[in-house]
Formats: sequence, structure tokens, C-alpha cells
Amino acid sequence: MSGPSLGPKQPYGAMAPDVATFAFTAENLEEAKRILARYPAGRQASAVLPLLHLAQAQHGGWLPKAALDYVADFLGMARIRVYEVATFYDMFNIEPVGRVQVRVCTTTPCWLCGSDAVLRAAREVLGCEPGQSSPDGRFFLREFECLGACANAPVLWIDDHFYEDLTYETARAVLEAVVRGERPKPGPQSGRKGSMPAGGKTTLFEVGE
Amino acid sequence: MPKLTIDGQLVEVPPGSTVLQACEAAGREIPVFCFHPRLNIAGNCRMCLVEVEKMPKPQASCALPAADGMVVHTNSPTVHKARKGVLELLLINHPLDCPICDQGGECDLQDLTLFYGPDKSRFKENKRPVADKYLGPLISTHMTRCIHCTRCIRFLNEIAGVEELGAVHRGEHMEITTWVEAALSSELQGNIIDLCPVGALNSKPYEYRARTWELKKTESIDVLDAVGSSIRIDSRGNEVMRILPRLHEDVNEEWLADKSRFAYDGLKKRRLDVPMVRRDGKLEPVDWKTALAAVAERARGLAADRIAFLVGDQADCETMVLVKELAARLGTPHLDCRQDGAPLETTPRAQYLFNTTIAGIEQADLCLLVGTNPRWEAPLVNARIRKRWRRGGFVVARIGALFDLTYPVQDLGAGPATLEELANGRHSFAERLASVERPMLILGTGAIARPDGAAVLALAHRLAENARLVREGWNGFNLLHTAAARVGGLELGLVPGRGGRDLAGILDGIERGEIELVFAIGVDEIDPKRLEKAFVVYLGTHGDRTAPIASVILPGAAYTEKNATWVNLEGRPQRGRLAVFPPGEAKEDWRILRALSEAMGALVPLDTLARVRERMAELAPQLAEPDRIRRAEWGSFGRPGPVDPAPFVSPVRDYWRTCPISRASAVMAECSALAAARDRAATGTHG
Ligand code: SF4
Ligand code: FES
Ligand code: FES
Repeated sequence: MSGPSLGPKQPYGAMAPDVATFAFTAENLEEAKRILARYPAGRQASAVLPLLHLAQAQHGGWLPKAALDYVADFLGMARIRVYEVATFYDMFNIEPVGRVQVRVCTTTPCWLCGSDAVLRAAREVLGCEPGQSSPDGRFFLREFECLGACANAPVLWIDDHFYEDLTYETARAVLEAVVRGERPKPGPQSGRKGSMPAGGKTTLFEVGE
Repeated sequence: MPKLTIDGQLVEVPPGSTVLQACEAAGREIPVFCFHPRLNIAGNCRMCLVEVEKMPKPQASCALPAADGMVVHTNSPTVHKARKGVLELLLINHPLDCPICDQGGECDLQDLTLFYGPDKSRFKENKRPVADKYLGPLISTHMTRCIHCTRCIRFLNEIAGVEELGAVHRGEHMEITTWVEAALSSELQGNIIDLCPVGALNSKPYEYRARTWELKKTESIDVLDAVGSSIRIDSRGNEVMRILPRLHEDVNEEWLADKSRFAYDGLKKRRLDVPMVRRDGKLEPVDWKTALAAVAERARGLAADRIAFLVGDQADCETMVLVKELAARLGTPHLDCRQDGAPLETTPRAQYLFNTTIAGIEQADLCLLVGTNPRWEAPLVNARIRKRWRRGGFVVARIGALFDLTYPVQDLGAGPATLEELANGRHSFAERLASVERPMLILGTGAIARPDGAAVLALAHRLAENARLVREGWNGFNLLHTAAARVGGLELGLVPGRGGRDLAGILDGIERGEIELVFAIGVDEIDPKRLEKAFVVYLGTHGDRTAPIASVILPGAAYTEKNATWVNLEGRPQRGRLAVFPPGEAKEDWRILRALSEAMGALVPLDTLARVRERMAELAPQLAEPDRIRRAEWGSFGRPGPVDPAPFVSPVRDYWRTCPISRASAVMAECSALAAARDRAATGTHG
């Protein structure tokens, strides 16, 4: 890649999608209060991440400005502080995107283990480039920095579930199943258990399976 | 106290110091971008790298606590290499537009590039594009120049207390923005222009108007509020190009409020630049002689007690000396400098001064605001209160209208009734007040510039007595003026003489035809309808409120156009200096009055500025020495009486437009309109 671009994220200005208001549903409001209760008095701002996740889930995978303002006001913090958080983390989308989030890890360990192939599979199956939503608008594909499961590289993340130890074929299979509306079993797709050594156990033989 | 060796020199620094401070104590200059002594440490630019023995890598000295026994090198090859590397990285995305950049010539990045900059670029890729941001009518942005030091963000969060600016996105995509393309609302925002070490944030009204090195720099004093901030007036030819703050630790530190910084375009608009006389109902330009003769003509044969003098909010002390002398020679006792009608008297001085002093706020442990909105009336006093509050262990309470002062305030009530309860110890807050060591009270002029003002002042006095605001080594009683002229006027005794009329008396006298000739010296905050019936001689700078009804107009000099003295709210006499000449025929006010006295046959024999100042020192010895505050004696003041339950109202309802200069300023008009729109939006959504 030559030189960075302004990126897909535009500040909310005239071009911002118009979502006039946002409020938690009754159910999410309860959840928000439960989350808030985890933090000591005067430290409510610490709940900004879980609340943003909650708001994003409620709003179909992205956060309109109204939602950021709602969370800021809910926590009594300056709105700009919430804008900073929401734009800092790649997990938050501030533009309308496909509801199902597909993230392909392309950081070094995954890349060494073949993330290029996973990305190719995702492009083909979803029919869009990273940073775009699929033509039917259901999926949003992104490249991602280390998803934290390097021992099972390469890794694909679909709506809170990890699919690991992928090859081009298994990645395609997983994605095609998701496109059909199925929910393939998360975890390593190579048959190994968790992140046990790929060639079978090398230690802890006395512990049962 | 940790002892460190800096470049072979042993220094001892107070515990809690940083290595940067230790280096400075040892006389070393460390280059910095993000570090600023008045802001929290960010440690993000890495320009301040030094070598510390036993530490494997160069260290950011601004963020490294000084520890005993550290051996620091600030001048080694490693340090130089490190600084060069940092600078090269900073320059990767920095445009090469110094020739057209307003910061050129006063840019930290430019200066440090001279010492550490590479002579060519190794970066072959494209520079990072960043869209410029809209921050309102005061600040223009060139965000490709931003080096992300975050000083601007920290200033607004910490000092101004208005969290509107932030850094969005991450890493190489980071951008400084409000994100919603909204104007900043802070009245201290102009300071981020000074803080920005590069040319990313510039003054919008000054943008592309001049190069810094062609400006004449005149050190002077601001008069747009009563704080008396130290300023530098930058001019080119006979035009004020911009106004910047100067360091004065006890007054404005290194900050300046936006009205003082940006209202200068009002100095060039609506100016009175030629004497005028009303003939057949129309004001006509005349020469000085004719104008002065017209005044003398009107005064001829007029009994002295049909003549009155009123002095406005920005008059300088020299002018007021002449006013006092002229009134005395004409034999009229009707004289008042209290344009707002506040019932302040000249003794004891403590009743009209900010006795705690501005710097003294930092020693207080409780502050009670009565009928004042310091944020609009004196933004830098408010910034000090906020500074004190940020240190902790400080309570602010208020009797008066609600307003966001940028720190939490405990609201006790809205009007005199609460003040009375508190003064009599019957309010629950009285206990709190009694429990602290250094309580201070700030009384706004809004609380006393009303018909029951003297009674309110008496209540404040009683509260001061009962709560022991004045004690050994501490005077916690403060009056917050908004007019730069007021303290000077009171020090010089510009109040009615024996049997004289005060403002209300003069206005009544005009109404009843008992006062026929009124000298209005920069008087523009009085309803002109109340003056209309008299023959008004207006000596001032702007065609504002009074000039249109005047019979004679004598064009005077604005504060940037004269060498003159003003006394700030603490009682600190300070000298302003002439940066440019008055426009057209306009002249320094004291000279006009001197000439007028001659024309009227009541010559005031003060011919030179030195003579005027001598006389000033005779009238008020405390004004003789600039920048020195004489502590005021305590005594009783105010006049006990019934109070009106009506809530206190701040005299400043629109911060941006409070005087002839700011009302003439297009920039201030824009700020005012924005603020009004913001208020409407706020009340629209919340109720
Ligand atoms: S705009 Fe200026 S002050 Fe603000 S972060 Fe950028 S360089 Fe620093
Ligand atoms: S590198 Fe892909 S999960 Fe860590
Ligand atoms: S000045 Fe030390 S890191 Fe910026």
C-alpha cells in the first residue's frame, strides 16, 4: 500500500447518514444498567466500551452519531470523548455496514500461515473487497489486526465467533455456510482441539480427554 | 530532594520534578513540542529525548520522573541522533508550505528543524492528506501541518474546561477535530493558536494578512474587561494586525480571553475621526477649534451646577485626572465614573477592589460567588478559579443565576434573600463557610448596580464580617468589575463632590432640565434617551450609542492609540502604550480635555504627560508605581436597608459585545450570533 488514505471513515458532517435519534430498548437499558453497576461511582465513563458494543448490536452493526451522543449523555461524558473511542477501535463502525461482521486477520502470524488465502476466499464468497459490504448488504468484510488467536492462525472472525486453522477450502466452506444462513461450528476447522499441538498431544498425557 | 548529574553538572531538584525540569535547572535547553509547563504531560512527540545512563534507550525527559543519582546526557551524539530521527519522522507528513504559513517565523518546528532537521527527505511515498476542520470564526486550521502534540486538546480540557476538541481515529489516521464540524464555544479558545507549536491552528481574522517579522510589537494592557491582561499589540503601518497575550504570572499568566484577542477589527470600524458639531439637527464635521468653541459657547454664562461629567468604562487615568481638574475648575460637583450606577464609594478602598488578588485565588479554599458570572465578566479570573478547583479541596458556591462556569458550583439561591440568610448565619452553608481557613467572596457588579445596591453591599459587608473573610494575612472580600476604567476612577475620586449629583441624579437632572450640559467621556452603556435632552459633548472613539445624540463630538484615542494608565480590578496600575496613532483628526483624550479647558477659560495647566502623571500621583499616591498593588484598608461600607427579592443578574449578557469596540467588531458579531444560536438550540432540545 502506498501512503495512507483518509480511510473509509468520514467525520459526521453534511454527508452523515441521517439517524435522528437513538435510545436503548427497554431490554438493553436494563443491560446497560447492569454493566454500569460493575464500575465504581464516578468511574462510569469506563463503561463506554461495553455500552458502545451494546448500542452497535442494537443498531444493526454500526453506530450513528445519535447513538454515540446517547451513550455519552448516558454516561455523563463529553461527546467528543465518545467520538474518540468509537473512531479509535476498529470494532466500531461509524458508517452503515452489512449486519454480519466478517474480519480476516492479516497480521504477521496469520499472514505467515496463509491469511492471503482466507482473504481471497472471503472476497470470492462475499463478492466484495475489504472495507466494503457485500452487494446484498448482509455482510461487511474487513482486514483486521491480530485477533488474539495466533496459535490457531489463520483466523477468521464472524460475529463474535472465531474460525481457526483455516485453509482456502475450509474458509470457503465456513463462509458459504454462513451465507446460506447456517451457523457452522466455531473453533479450529482442521480437526484439532482448541490450541493443542497440531500433531497431537506432547504433554499432560495423564489428564483425560 | 533528588540529585542528578546533567552533562557532568550536579543539580538538586524538588521531589516530583521531571528530568526535563532538572535539565532546565542545569541551564540546558531541551527541545519540546508536546510538553507545556501549564498542561498535563502527554509525552507523545518524543522531541525531548535525552540519554540516561543505565537506561538502554533514549528517554523522553518530559515524562520521566527525576530520580536520585541519575546521570543524564543532553548533548551526546546519541541524543543528537535521536532528535534528528524524531524530527525526520515528524517532517514526513509535514507540508513544505512555510513560505505561506502564518506561523512562519515563530514556529517551533521551523526553529528546531534549523538545528536538527535533515537536509533532504528520504520519504518517497505520498504525504498524508488531512482535511481541514471548521472550528468557528476565530481559528483557522491547516491540519496537514498538525504534529499531534495534543496541546490544543489538553488546553481546552484542562484550562478552558470545555471538552470539545479531540483526537479521532488512530495512529497515522489520527486527526484533531470536533468531529461534528461545530464551532468551539470556549471564550479562551484563541490560546490554542499560541499553544500550537506549528501552523496547524491560526488566527482566522489574521490569516494571510502579514508576516510576523514585519510587525511592530508594542507591549501594552488590555481594557476590554477589568482584568488588565498584559498584551502585545502587533501593528503594521498604522494598523493593528493582531493582539497577543504577554506573560504576567499574577494577572493573565500567559493566556488571553477571546474578546481581548479578537475584537481589534472593531478599532477600525465606526470610528469617530473628525470633530463634529450639530447644526440644524445634523452632525457636521468641523475643525477642532470650531468644535471646542461650540462647547465653550454653550457653557458661557451657564451656572456651574447645570454642568455634569460622566465617565465611561474604558477611560484611562490620565483622562480622568483632566476630567476631575476640569470639573473642579468649572466648579461643578456633578461628576460620576460609575456608569453602571453601582453605589461604590472611594473609602474604604477595600469595597471596590479584588482584594484577594487574582493569583491569590490559588490560596483560597472556598469561593462564594454573589451575583456574578465570572466566565463572561472576567474569563481569566474564572480560569484561575477553575485552576484552583482542579487542585482539589476547593468549594465553589453561588448566589445568583445558573450558568456553566466549567467547574461544579453549589447553588445556594438566586437573590439578596439568600445573601441575607447567609450573612446572618441562618443559612446551612454558613457552617461550611466558617469551617475553612481562606474563604473568598466575589461580589459581581450585577448584585449592586441596582436600586437596592447599597443595601446588598452592606449585606456583603456583614457577611464578610461574620464569616471573617478578612483575617490576618488574608482578605477574602472581592468586587469583580467589568469596566477597565472603574477602579482607576474610584482611586482618583471621580464621584460627586459635596452636594453633587451621582449618575441617577444627573440623569434625573437632565430629565428636569436642571442639567443642561453633559460631558460624556466614552459613555456608551447608558440609554441615550436619558441624555438626549441635554447638550451632550461626547468624547469617545466610536459612533456607538451616545454619539448619535451628541451635540458635539470630540474624537478620542482608543486604548491602542495612547500612552495611558489603567488600574485593573485588583488595584494594579498598569501602563498601556501607543501602538498606532489615532485615526484622522482624533487625539489623545487628555490633550483634548486640556485644550477644551483652555477654550472654556478654565485652563488646567497640565501640559505634558509627565505633568498629568505627577498630578495623578498627588490625587492617588497608590497609582504612582506601575504594577504594584497597595493593599487596601478594611472598614465598613454599604448602607443597610431593605432589599428587593429580585434575583441577581450579571451585567454581561452577551460576552462578545460589551463595549463600543467589541460592538463595532464584525468578528465579535459573528461569535455573538453563534452563541445565541447555541443557546437557542440548547433550550430547544432540553425544554
Ligand atoms: S493542532 Fe497544533 S496544538 Fe493541536 S495537536 Fe496539532 S500540532 Fe498540536
Ligand atoms: S496474528 Fe492473527 S490472530 Fe494474532
Ligand atoms: S516534549 Fe517530551 S515527549 Fe513531547
